[in-house]
Amino acid sequence: MSERVMARPSRARGGAQREDGKPAAVPRGRRAGRRLPRWQLLLRYLLLLAVLALTVGPFLWQLSTSLKGPGEDIYRYPPSLVPHRATLANYGGVARIIPVWDFALNSLKVAAANVVTNCAGAALAGYALARMRFRGRRAALVVFVMAMLVPVESIMIAQFVTMRELQLNNTLLGVVLPGCIGAMNVLLMRNAFAGLPYEVEEAAFVDGANAWQRFVRIALPSVKGTLAVVAIFAFMGAWDDFLWPLIVLSDQSKFTLTIGLNFLHGTFADNQRLVAAGTVIAVLPLIVLFACLQRYFFRGVGEGAVKG
Amino acid sequence: MKTHRSASPWLFLGPGLLVVAAFSLYPFLSTVAHSFTDARTLTEGRFIGSANYRELIQDAMFWTGLRNSALYVLGVVPLLVVLPLLLAMLVQRQIPGITFFRAAFYTPVVASVVVVGLIWVWLLDDRGLINALLDGLGFGKVGFLSDPWLLLFSAMAVTVWKGLGYYMIIYLAALANVPRELHEACAVDGAGAVRRFLTVTVPAVRSTMVLVAALSAVNAFKVFSEVYLMAGPTGGPGGEDTTLVMLVQQVGTGLSGRVGYASALSVVVFVITLGLMLLVLRANRREDA
Repeated sequence: MSERVMARPSRARGGAQREDGKPAAVPRGRRAGRRLPRWQLLLRYLLLLAVLALTVGPFLWQLSTSLKGPGEDIYRYPPSLVPHRATLANYGGVARIIPVWDFALNSLKVAAANVVTNCAGAALAGYALARMRFRGRRAALVVFVMAMLVPVESIMIAQFVTMRELQLNNTLLGVVLPGCIGAMNVLLMRNAFAGLPYEVEEAAFVDGANAWQRFVRIALPSVKGTLAVVAIFAFMGAWDDFLWPLIVLSDQSKFTLTIGLNFLHGTFADNQRLVAAGTVIAVLPLIVLFACLQRYFFRGVGEGAVKG
Repeated sequence: MKTHRSASPWLFLGPGLLVVAAFSLYPFLSTVAHSFTDARTLTEGRFIGSANYRELIQDAMFWTGLRNSALYVLGVVPLLVVLPLLLAMLVQRQIPGITFFRAAFYTPVVASVVVVGLIWVWLLDDRGLINALLDGLGFGKVGFLSDPWLLLFSAMAVTVWKGLGYYMIIYLAALANVPRELHEACAVDGAGAVRRFLTVTVPAVRSTMVLVAALSAVNAFKVFSEVYLMAGPTGGPGGEDTTLVMLVQQVGTGLSGRVGYASALSVVVFVITLGLMLLVLRANRREDA
């Protein structure tokens, strides 16, 4: 329930007001402030639709282009958003010139690995930072905070050199490794654990549960929400990443989708239908994921931004 | 809870500390160290003092990259501080369908920057939708992607477009904490919408505006993908559109990469990003005083 509150702050607030508000006691001015005049409501919807066209329109145009067959002029004026005879031929076409499904599989592998390592690593480290007392705890915390302040862009050359030395350049492992336990995720998990009440764990401690048992059986089930945020942002981060894979991967068979799209754009820039089909393949899984798990996406923005 | 004398805290912390030390802190130190050498991808390099930094000052490409990245900050930050706030105010009120609109406005954030870049390359193409419309309406075509200056501004527009939803969500959380009574008291006093915005909303979300300014400034300065995709790997003809991070990538990677020189460039990127962050936070403190 608390997740909903964080995900949709204004609704939670509005709802609370409606529930606890005593209508008789509310002054007239306040009531009037809550309901919009009809013309204002209309204006609001017009603005909302305009912004909608601006934010979603480009995606729809790309989808439309990807569905237009070779017989249809994609440059015509006036333009037509709805294809005359929609076809999936471009999706087959893009798969013929680049191994787009292999790229998608590579992206999926990288993203899945990134989710597992980030969730496990950040939960473990976060728990230690929040719940264990030991010498060097403060120093460990400082290390994570400092790591968060170093922008990836300023260390990528050194990371590239390291990967060469480890002979991990041009491997998917090399793509995953540098971000596999993000410092920010560790701090997010630490805050989540620190926010739990002590008493339950204390009781378990008295009952003789060791640190591992307290972590797995008591603490971890209570921070599922934050863990979901970490998982989703780890997935999205890895699936969408461009700069680091571009540096570390050189062999086409190892390309992730973003690198493959860049290659497609560079080599077949003239064939807009195929490029459009490729981008739709790359973006559709995330849009579906977002549609299903919206509240975690929104929650992650709030938490990540405040801590970052 | 009792103090652990056992190894268990370090077992919990181990993987995280190891990764962060090996792939954030060590590379940072190694970047600083490399910046004083003439290392290349395949050779170790010798200590050459500040030669890389002296070369950098005389490198025209460095100044082009610095100019473009700095322009990017100046162009993008004001828009990303103001527009998402207005957007958040638009979607703040619970009217039917608003959850759908919020989600829809967030979609560009979810998409990869590569997808977003390619979508806009197609829209802004000489034969793309926007030019077709401009031409059809009698304005004539605009070389969004062929003129180096226009290209840089087009890339900024794309960055702003992709960032709107993200900062909108941040502002939405801040707006929820503005007491409604303030607005209403102000409305009773006869203040118009603009005055209410300036006297109630802006002061109430000012610290969030500073946060957004800091985040967007740092991100704008590190811009790579948008310009790379729209101008090409070399930053357009003569590299006119190269940004600082693009330069780092061009110089330092590949088999003939000049690791030493690219490291010096990286140190500059790091110092300026940190500086930008401190600058914004300090501006905030001064206004408080």
